[in-house]
Formats: sequence, C-alpha cells, structure tokens
Amino acid sequence: MIKPKHDFQAEEIVAGYDQKTILNNVSIAIPSHKINVIIGANACGKSTLLKTMARLLKPDTGAVTLDGKSIHQMPSKKLAKLLGLLPQSPIVPEGITVTDLVGRGRYPHQSFFKGWSKEDYAAVAEAMDMMQITELANRNIDELSGGQRQRVWIAMALTQQTDILFLDEPTTYLDITYQVEILDLLTDLNKKYGTTIVMVLHDINLTARYADYIFALRSGQLIAEGTPTDVITSKRVEEIFDMKSQVILDPVSKTPLVVPIGRHHQHT
Amino acid sequence: MMSNSRISSQENHVFVPKTLTKTIVISIVLLFIVSVLSLAFGSRFVTWNELMTGLFYPEQDSYGASVVRERIPRTVFALFCGAALGVSGALMQAITRNPIADPSILGVNTGAALFVVSGLAFFNISTASEYIWFAIVGAMLTAIFVYAIGSLGRTGATPLKLVLAGAATSAALSSLVSAVLIPRTDVMDQFRFWQVGSLGSASWNAILTFLPFLIVGVILAICTAPALNALALGDDVAKSQGVQLTTLRIFSAFAGVVLCAVATALAGPIGFIGLLATHLVRLLLGPDLRIVIPMAAIAGAVVLTIADVVGRVIGSPGELEVGVVTALIGAPLLIYLAIKLKVRSL
Repeated sequence: MIKPKHDFQAEEIVAGYDQKTILNNVSIAIPSHKINVIIGANACGKSTLLKTMARLLKPDTGAVTLDGKSIHQMPSKKLAKLLGLLPQSPIVPEGITVTDLVGRGRYPHQSFFKGWSKEDYAAVAEAMDMMQITELANRNIDELSGGQRQRVWIAMALTQQTDILFLDEPTTYLDITYQVEILDLLTDLNKKYGTTIVMVLHDINLTARYADYIFALRSGQLIAEGTPTDVITSKRVEEIFDMKSQVILDPVSKTPLVVPIGRHHQHT
Repeated sequence: MMSNSRISSQENHVFVPKTLTKTIVISIVLLFIVSVLSLAFGSRFVTWNELMTGLFYPEQDSYGASVVRERIPRTVFALFCGAALGVSGALMQAITRNPIADPSILGVNTGAALFVVSGLAFFNISTASEYIWFAIVGAMLTAIFVYAIGSLGRTGATPLKLVLAGAATSAALSSLVSAVLIPRTDVMDQFRFWQVGSLGSASWNAILTFLPFLIVGVILAICTAPALNALALGDDVAKSQGVQLTTLRIFSAFAGVVLCAVATALAGPIGFIGLLATHLVRLLLGPDLRIVIPMAAIAGAVVLTIADVVGRVIGSPGELEVGVVTALIGAPLLIYLAIKLKVRSL
C-alpha cells in the first residue's frame, strides 16, 4: 500500500538556538514519495532545518505546514503518525532487547487501555523483516555491530508507520559497507511504501546516487535545489562546499560523481 | 513474508514477557514470606503457634500473640512505604534518565525532612496528615531547586550534575535540619527517632492517611510508563513519537515526589530503597518501564520489609532503625553503579 501524498512545506523559516539564528529565511517544499537529501558544509543549518521540519524545533518566524496546517499546532500524537524521526544519536536504554526497542515505535498508535493490538505486532514483525533483523529479535542492543544497531533504530522508526520519515545522518560512524546497506534499505522502503524520506547526509557521492531530490544549504540559506544532475555540478559544488572538484559520471549508477581536486595530487 | 510464522511465535513472549505469570507468582510468594518474617522476627521471636493465635484468634491472648498483633501495622506500613519509595525511585530514574537517581540521592527526602522538622519546631504539627503536607511541600520545592541547579550550564541536566546538585543540596538542608533541632531539646527527642527512618511508630491511622497518596501516586506512575519508555530513547525520539515532554515530566515528577514525601513524612528519610528496587527489577526483567514501575513497588516493599526485620534482629533487644540498614546496603550499590557509569563515560 502506497502512502498518501502530502503538501509539506517550510515557509520562510527563521530558526536557531537561544539567541543565535542559524536558518535565515528558508522556504522549501518536500516532494512526496521521494528520497530527499539535505546537504551542505558543517554548521550550514542542515540539522536545524531537519529538526524544524520534524517539529523538534519551533521556528522563530515562518511556519512548517503539512497539507496547509502548521505542524506546530497539530495534536502531537496525530502528527506522530505522519512524521517520524530518527535523530543522529538516540539513547539506548541499558539492557534493552531488539524487539523491545523496535516495539517502542508503536507508541503513537497505542492508547493506555488498548494495550498491544494485532496491528502493533504486525508492524513490528514487518519492520524487523524489512530491516533484516528478525534473527536478532531477542538479542541485547549492546551486543550488536554498528550497522545492525542502525538497522534496529530504523526499524523502530518504521514501526511508527509514518508517511514521512526524517533521518539525521543515518550513515555517520558506519563503515562504507553498512552505509551502502542502510541507504539500499531506505530505498527499498521508499519504493515499497512510497514513504517520503528526508535526510541529512554527509557524503556527497552517496547523496548523488541515492537522492531523488537535493536541497543544498549554505550559511543558513537555501542556495540550490533539484535533482542530483541539476545540483551536483562542479560550479555548484564549489558554491556549496568551497571546494574545487571535477564532476564525472558514476559508471555504476550514471549519476554525478564528485572527484575533489585538493592541492597535492593533480596529475599534469 | 516467510519469516512471519517465526515472528508470531515470538510475539507472545517478547512483549508480554514470558515470565509475567512467573513474576506475579514469585512476587506474591515473596510478599507473603517477608510479611511472615516481619511478624515473627524482632527483638523477641515468636513461635508459629503464637503467630497463628495473634493473627487469627483475636479472642485468645498471650504475650506472643499481642507482640504479633503489634507488628501487623508495622509490617503493612513497611510494605506500603517500600512500594512508595520503589516507585518513586523508578520514576526519578526514568525522568532524569539517570540510573543513580533516587529520592535520597537527589536530596528530595532531606527537603521533606526539613519541612517536617520546621513544622514540629515552629507550628507544633502532630497529626499524620500535617506531617504529610509539610513533607510534600518540602519535597516539591527541593526537587524543583535541585533540578534547576542541575540544569544550569550548556549541557542541561546531566546525570552527574543532578547528583552533585542533589548531594550539595542535601548536605545544606541537613545542616538546616540540625540548626532547627539543636536548640530545641524537646523537639529533638521526638524527632531523633524519626530522622533516621523508622517504621516502628506506625499506626493504623497513619497507614490510612498514607494509603490514598500511595494509590494515586502509583496509578499516575503506571499511566506515565509508556511515555517514559519513549523518553528513555532521548528527548528527540520522544517528541517525534508525540510525547509532550513538559506535561510528562510534570506529572511523573509530581507522582515521584509525592510518593517519596509521604513515605518520608511518616517513616523519616529512608534512603536507597528506590535505587535498590529499581536496579533489582531491571536486572531481572529488563528496562521496559511498564514492567519496571509496578515491579519496583513490589521490590521496594520486599526490600524495605527485609531491611526492617534485619534491623530489628541485629539491634535486639532494641532495634537498628531501618534507615541505617538501607544505607548500609545501598551505599555500596551506589558506589558500584558510579564506577560502572564512569567506565561508560557518562
């Protein structure tokens, strides 16, 4: 079953922490059913934009709207069935098992007196199957590898069964093998259910390969958006990251591939 | 979905712990055993016959039987106090995401104590409900104060800062307690007993005053358990799951503080029960707070009652106050946990 489409927008957002403004007047519209990636140099406001759109952070001015309504005014449990989030470093309670953790994603679907329903069990089973962690069900999280652990967290977010899923750097600290594995799994998810994915990624080349749509930030402002072919050109890459590069065609995926130039290794 | 059959066979024992029935049976048995111990042991041991007479034949009288009858309210009170302190500890650990939080470590029950002492010294309070209200106000103010101090600075309320703030506050409040007490020898006598934590003064009247607070506190605690489970994964995850953080923190902290305050009001500041009970339960049954919170009540009741019995037996012919016994067991556990946490780079 494909998730419904949503009109999901950030309108002229100004946001930050304490007195410090980080995002300065950013407006974006998230295309439904796509894998959207926010990129930019360190401290450009990527995570702040993600957090504001996932209603963890209230914008100072401007609004984030979902189907015309401000998300900061919607009932929180109702919204939690539409928007899910996997933060960069969630906390692992000591001694928790895989199934217990994954099952906690069902919180917004449960009420105190109903307890666990058939749908809850089915959602957990499905998410664990999709993330290929069914074998690990009774294991303790502390015993798992980084890649396995990240799959468990994504499964937790999946059981929330939201139409839109935010992920803040889901591949950070993982070996390249696991990075690819996680992004492949997220692509499966997007293809199978039409879940709209919005994530921050560090790696420009993985972004170019996996993103359907890219938002590029610099110093708290949106400076480019579009498909990888539109956004990832050597001119744009220099604008976004202050780095000279050549952009060639990725022989595997036929998407852009950024080759940094640097100061030392030019072959003349 | 080839794996579905395998998962459905797991369902039943993963979410409803396979050990649930076993756990309930064991809990009941344990509660029964400690109750019997508490009735039978003390500065004077009673025989099985005397125990039976005391419990079930109110018309027959003997010295042993009347000892047993006197121990009934004490036992009930120990069970209730232990339950309150156990749940209070579980709540405070969940709210602060801090495995070493406990009403005594956070200074909350010293705050309650200061208000009770001031009540004794300045307002001549004497009834159980007056004790309770003074203690609740003192505990609330202290909890707010400690949390505010612990949250200062950029990193917010980290476990370590909360514990330091709690310890410092507790020390300051203890000295205030002494300051109020020392010039007043009359209050001092009445109070000294209370301050170490004793269950001996229990009366049915006090128990009945205590009961509504216990029931409301425990129900509130159990109701907040699912949301506290979400909170355990971090503020961001909890928020994105639709938890209203402030509301949750206020309600569960309220329950935790009231439970601790009421127990403190009537039994004096008894430390470490929350810590002991919660860790025992988590070790045996895992971190799911829907289980930890109710079971911390049972574990707290069992641990406190045993501690009381131990105090009576060791201290015979007098008694060693239960607060001293729990501190003797609890302090090493606290040290152990602190070392373990440091290794995990808290």
